[in-house]
Amino acid sequence: MNPKPDNKNRLSLFGLLGLVISRDLMLAMRRRADVLTTLIFFVMVVSLFPLGVGPEVDMLRKMAPGVVWVAALLSSMLSLNRMFSADYIDGTLEQMLLAPQSMSVLVLGKILAHWMLSGLPLMLMAPVLGLQFDMSGQALWVLVVSLLLGTPILSMVGAVGAALTLGLRGGGVLVSLLVLPLCIPVLIFGTGAVEAVTSGMEIASHLSLLGALLVLAFAFTPWVTAMALRISME
Amino acid sequence: MLEICNLACTRGDHQLFSGLSFSLAAGELLQVQGENGKGKTSLLRTLCGFITPAAGEIRWRGQDIRELDEEYYAEMVYLGHLNAIKDELNALENLRISAGLAGCEVSDKEAIEALRHMGLRGRETLPVKVLSQGQRRRVALARLLVGNAPLWILDEPLTALDVGAVGLMQELIGTHLAKDGMVVFTTHQPLEVAGVELRRLTLT
Repeated sequence: MNPKPDNKNRLSLFGLLGLVISRDLMLAMRRRADVLTTLIFFVMVVSLFPLGVGPEVDMLRKMAPGVVWVAALLSSMLSLNRMFSADYIDGTLEQMLLAPQSMSVLVLGKILAHWMLSGLPLMLMAPVLGLQFDMSGQALWVLVVSLLLGTPILSMVGAVGAALTLGLRGGGVLVSLLVLPLCIPVLIFGTGAVEAVTSGMEIASHLSLLGALLVLAFAFTPWVTAMALRISME
Repeated sequence: MLEICNLACTRGDHQLFSGLSFSLAAGELLQVQGENGKGKTSLLRTLCGFITPAAGEIRWRGQDIRELDEEYYAEMVYLGHLNAIKDELNALENLRISAGLAGCEVSDKEAIEALRHMGLRGRETLPVKVLSQGQRRRVALARLLVGNAPLWILDEPLTALDVGAVGLMQELIGTHLAKDGMVVFTTHQPLEVAGVELRRLTLT
């Protein structure tokens, strides 16, 4: 029996996580159009409301958190079906399943990369867009914090949907139908936090519930996604 | 090392094979033969753990591969019909990433050496989308050179390769076997490795 291969060049768990994230970011930089469409969509949807509703400041201020959150939800759906499909088509996903590390870590890397390319830029742009709705400085801060806690959940829950609909025709629409209902709690607590601060109420409860959802999603969705990917490779 | 006991595989309602048993020891070369649709690829994918066998067991070093999981994957390389390389990246980046996914860190120097050995001198930093089919296959095959896994599972490794590259593959398999490696492969082209007895498994 020959000896087991030595471990001198073995990649650590964090090395693998870093590799997957940097790979996805590098690919996105070479295909910028994909990332930009999501962001431009977000800017367009949010900007259409003040134009459509008219310049009544009170009304705009009232609907601002809802509009920004719904737009963020929809634009993160746009990029979901690309999360695994390119890797599925060119066979990289097969090789990922054969990686001698936990598949959940690889999936987590892909989720984080997806968030950096969709959730993070949305969060950074949100205060600028919020100005169109005459939001107060405090409300803008809470909006950014709620997006910081909420958008990773969208990427994580979205990953499960994307993995389940992998290789199906019309998977893009299906994944939205599957994932959007599951994102309703995120929407409620996200907008709730901003509304609370504008009406002078306590925001901690909303944000801690969002945080709790984030921890739950972080614990379970990479694992569930990995299982779904294994099933879709059969 | 690799033992297959009484393996059966079904796709849909159709039974591809059943009661399949064989074993592979260090330094052995096994060609899986059979007409189109007889289950060659399915057998190789079952060996990779993608497909759950309908019956039977696959054992590596005496243990079921399902139990070994990551330990087994550290000791095998699979090369399928799909090259698993990205058009947007260059050959060097592709090789480093695929080696990284397989769990081993490769320096630029080692990667360039492997690509040059595969006859891609001067193409190392070109985006893969400008390479030909055969050259893409060579990029994918370069992965075999940088890893140190004893078990190679190759599904049609010779597609799109020219005569020179086929010779190179034979040489590569020869050296791997001489180092106590194992190779299971399918091909419709003749593949002779000097000094090694080729075992054949025909699926009917």
